[in-house]
Amino acid sequence: MIEYINISKKYSSGVMALSNINLKIKKGEFVFLVGSSGAGKTSLVKLLLKEIEPTKGKIMVNDVDITQIKNREIPFLRRNIGVVFQDFRLLPNKTIFENIAFAKEIIGTPQDEIKTRVEEVLELVGLIGKKDCYPNELSGGEQQRISIARAIVNKPEIVVADEPTGNLDPETAKGIMNLLKEINDIGTTVIMVTHAQEIVNLMEKRVIAINGGKVVRDEEGGAYYNVD
Amino acid sequence: MWIRLLKTMIKQSGQSIKRSRNMSIASIGSVSATLLVLGIVLALVLNMTNITDKTKDDFDQVQAYVQLGLKENPTPSFKDQMLAIDGVESVEFVAKEQALEDMKSRLNDNEDILEGLEKNPFQNAYTVNLKDVEKADKVVEQIEKIEGIDDVLYQKGVIDKLVNVADVTRVAGLILIGILLVISIFIISNTIKTTVIARQTEIGIMKYVGATNGFIRGPFIIEGIVLGIIGAIISIVIVMFGYKYLIEIFNTSLNGMLSSYLVPTKAILNDVTIIFITLGAGVGALGSVISLRKFLKV
Repeated sequence: MIEYINISKKYSSGVMALSNINLKIKKGEFVFLVGSSGAGKTSLVKLLLKEIEPTKGKIMVNDVDITQIKNREIPFLRRNIGVVFQDFRLLPNKTIFENIAFAKEIIGTPQDEIKTRVEEVLELVGLIGKKDCYPNELSGGEQQRISIARAIVNKPEIVVADEPTGNLDPETAKGIMNLLKEINDIGTTVIMVTHAQEIVNLMEKRVIAINGGKVVRDEEGGAYYNVD
Repeated sequence: MWIRLLKTMIKQSGQSIKRSRNMSIASIGSVSATLLVLGIVLALVLNMTNITDKTKDDFDQVQAYVQLGLKENPTPSFKDQMLAIDGVESVEFVAKEQALEDMKSRLNDNEDILEGLEKNPFQNAYTVNLKDVEKADKVVEQIEKIEGIDDVLYQKGVIDKLVNVADVTRVAGLILIGILLVISIFIISNTIKTTVIARQTEIGIMKYVGATNGFIRGPFIIEGIVLGIIGAIISIVIVMFGYKYLIEIFNTSLNGMLSSYLVPTKAILNDVTIIFITLGAGVGALGSVISLRKFLKV
């Protein structure tokens, strides 16, 4: 469902972030993007969200070349991609419920429908009891669960998680991974950028290693480092 | 769905006006001040135009004074000679006694001014009504040639001066308003900018969850328009009450002599309301759009 075809990205600073990337991610897959900082993982994600444009190549999402879509169509692309950040990015002056409802409000969902769906995802992430709390009253792991809940509230086909466990202790991180796995099990494609070797090794999912803007390894059920 | 989206946007803009209270007050103040000046200029221009028009009506006639002590009407009569001039509509004789009576009635309560007079200071005169004010100069020239006519009085100079003053006021007012409008737009765009910066995280998240640009811009534009309209309403109230008060002062202090020349408050209320609200909303919207253009690149 996602296909990078001959993608190159050169930033205006002259840095060649990606060169001639070819990748195919099938619907319902769970993919780790690994590699050192500056390897080009984040550029790949940004291209998918159309935050940046490739210098060369095509990106197909559900058979549509997203490099060709108009600016005003970007929001509709993004509604199909839930994003989870390392730093959670919750709004501090809104309650947990409001933080999640916000993502549905902006696309014009009726109030009663919002309530049902928000409670549904809160149930899924196991934090229904905290819906009237504010983000600063929650632990880091709980906040990340909320941010995942927000990412999936509009039922996107794809969830992109950019180092979602980066700020969390290993135990909490495992909980987050279980949640992402659960989301993946219901058919959502999950793309996770990470540095966490332990997690990658534990999950035994597809691992795409990027280095110097190139795919250096693409392995089903792989580990963080190539053991060969 | 649109109504829901609009409701969400209005809620957001309300919150942000409250949050950046000082800047909001500054914006409202600048719009009010601008429109207040506009109100003053408008009142001046409207009244000058009115006075000019009314004066034109009054002075589409020429007064021709007959020499003092002249006992007999020449042949052909003054009246016939005048009627023969091209551009003359009608001619009316005003006896000096009549002129005195007219003056008395015009002064009504202040009649005593004329009491010390030993004899009638007025001359017999003819009121010549003109077909066309533009031809007044030629007619005046012709009348002056008639023997036995002492003096011709024509107030064209007064009208010209009035028109001139009105024009200058209008141009100067427009320039001043233009400058003030630009300042208001600038202040509003700065207010909106502070809200945009304060809400940058929120905007970022909105973009990631797929909010359309229109939806992201909406609350800011509504905020700008609301600020502009509040400013407009304040200035409408000040201008209308101030105007009413001034008109009353003029009318009582000048014995109502000017009252027919002044534009009544009711006559301008509608126009002022429409113009001010439109300008206020326009300035607000423009201010927002300007500040958003730089800040909301997706």
